Amino acid sequence: MTMPTILQGCAHVYSRAHINTDEIIPARYLNVHEEAELAKHAMEDIDPDFLNKIQTGDFIVAGEDFGCGSSREHAIWALRGAGIKAVIASSYARIFFRNALNNGYLAIECPEAVARIKNGARLTLDLEAGVIHAPDSGETFTFVPLTDFAKTFLEAGGLLPYLVSRLKGGAA
Amino acid sequence: MPMTITEKILAAHAGLESVRPGEIVNAKLDLVVCHEVTTPPAVAMLKKLGITKVWDPTKILVTPDHFVPNKDIQSAELTKSLRQWREEQGIERYYELGNHGICHALAPEQGHVHPGMTIICGDSHTTTMGALGAFASGVGSTDLAAGLATGELWFRVPESIRFNLEGQPPRGVYSKDIILEIIRRIGVDGARYMAMEYRGSALPYLSMEARFTITNMAIEAGGKSGIFPVDAITEAYLAERTPEKGVRYESDVDAEYAAEFFIRVDQLEPMVALPGLPSNGTSIAQAGPVKMDQVYIGSCTNGRIEDLRIAASILKGNKVAKGTRTIVVPATTTVWKQAMREGLMDIFAESGCVISTPTCGACLGGHMGVLGSDETCLSTTNRNFTGRMGHPSSKVYLASPATAAATAIAGGLADPRDYLPEDCNFTIAEQQLWGV
Repeated sequence: MTMPTILQGCAHVYSRAHINTDEIIPARYLNVHEEAELAKHAMEDIDPDFLNKIQTGDFIVAGEDFGCGSSREHAIWALRGAGIKAVIASSYARIFFRNALNNGYLAIECPEAVARIKNGARLTLDLEAGVIHAPDSGETFTFVPLTDFAKTFLEAGGLLPYLVSRLKGGAA
Repeated sequence: MPMTITEKILAAHAGLESVRPGEIVNAKLDLVVCHEVTTPPAVAMLKKLGITKVWDPTKILVTPDHFVPNKDIQSAELTKSLRQWREEQGIERYYELGNHGICHALAPEQGHVHPGMTIICGDSHTTTMGALGAFASGVGSTDLAAGLATGELWFRVPESIRFNLEGQPPRGVYSKDIILEIIRRIGVDGARYMAMEYRGSALPYLSMEARFTITNMAIEAGGKSGIFPVDAITEAYLAERTPEKGVRYESDVDAEYAAEFFIRVDQLEPMVALPGLPSNGTSIAQAGPVKMDQVYIGSCTNGRIEDLRIAASILKGNKVAKGTRTIVVPATTTVWKQAMREGLMDIFAESGCVISTPTCGACLGGHMGVLGSDETCLSTTNRNFTGRMGHPSSKVYLASPATAAATAIAGGLADPRDYLPEDCNFTIAEQQLWGV
């Protein structure tokens, strides 16, 4: 994989269901698409203090149907630009999940972890083993395994690098 | 193997005899629709990879719609790059200001959407176009880039949910009320990843315009697509616009559905979705009085000519309440001109509404009616999320154009049945069908 298989960071818990893309990156900021610009407004309408709380490498932990609403890929770019390495949610809205796969961005599905992980908890994601460790509480959660299809995209770095390598006769 | 309409369309475009829900297929695309918010990032991705040509410029439609006429310098740069790109690529199906429209309303109206097609657009309300018996789904910019470069895209074949719409809509009840009732029942993720297929004895009462409103909001139930079977109403709509008939697919009688719902359309009442989520639907009677600072009539959901006719029939001879700004936004230039010819613009202007050029505008808090802190708005649009139309503390209520017009006159949430003229209880389709 092009990305490390062990990720460490802190959890920022927004346990509500149906956190939508208007909350992740409000439409009033869609007049640009640079990650660094979008990152300045990540999660602004759900938590105006979000950017002060997070550090590069941290995770968002969220409830059901994360990323519902608009198709804006800007939601992924804003989170990635802000330094969020992965989202761990109970479930995802369709287009957000698709956009994550296409960007080689980690959208981990793990309702058990969402139910137990406390805000601020340190987490270790082991992508090879498919588990999330929470060392403070000593808990380990197994997440819904990535499909081979998803792994192909993650390894390639997203849909477009995958297509390019396929066109060049590289990875099948 | 028995299949649904959606499965048949995807199988045909993937070159397969049959497909099953859950299977991932690579499907050929018939139409890619582009606007100025999600297309420029896709174009930038392709340039970065050295891909300089789209796969087929004749299968691409381009219109600026979200922030037009440009609301600020950044959006001017977006439309400028969209314009330059379509010139470079030689894309003929381009609708510049003066011919433009909200893409989901424009593409079918101009005859570019035919039954049996596969369609993508970098916009969640792409589902709208499924009303013509096509598979149409919203995607992100990376998908859009892949589609533009190769003319194909991966899809997970969706399960289908069958919605049986039964009976004649009562007076004051429109397709917006039907879809708000569906989303109330199944929730904003009730159709997550799935195709929402419509059937039933109510279909002859639903014009194409009414059907577009229903498929438009598939995404508000988490759906991947919404689809109506092709019938006489579809064919009449197409015949006015294009010589193409498309390919007519029908679900097999023994096709498998993930779920089936019966919606008694004849027992519905006018609905309103309270602020927060489109699934917060309730009948107007139960919603109680709410003062509205603004009423917004427009969008890809309810900005077509039939919507404006219904609103105008209620507003005619009345005045918008003091303290309730009312904004009318025809969805396309053709709708705008038609409304002008039919005298609807006079009715709106005389009643105290303002009329905008076609734009997505304030539906997504862009411009042309953005809300301030704690303001309330009754809107015919599709989403009432926190901050959707402006300030995070503003409140959006979703309803039909009839309810919107009644509310504009009353100054607060109102039942359209108290304001509808006696001769206005039939849909356009029904008038055509029964010769009323």
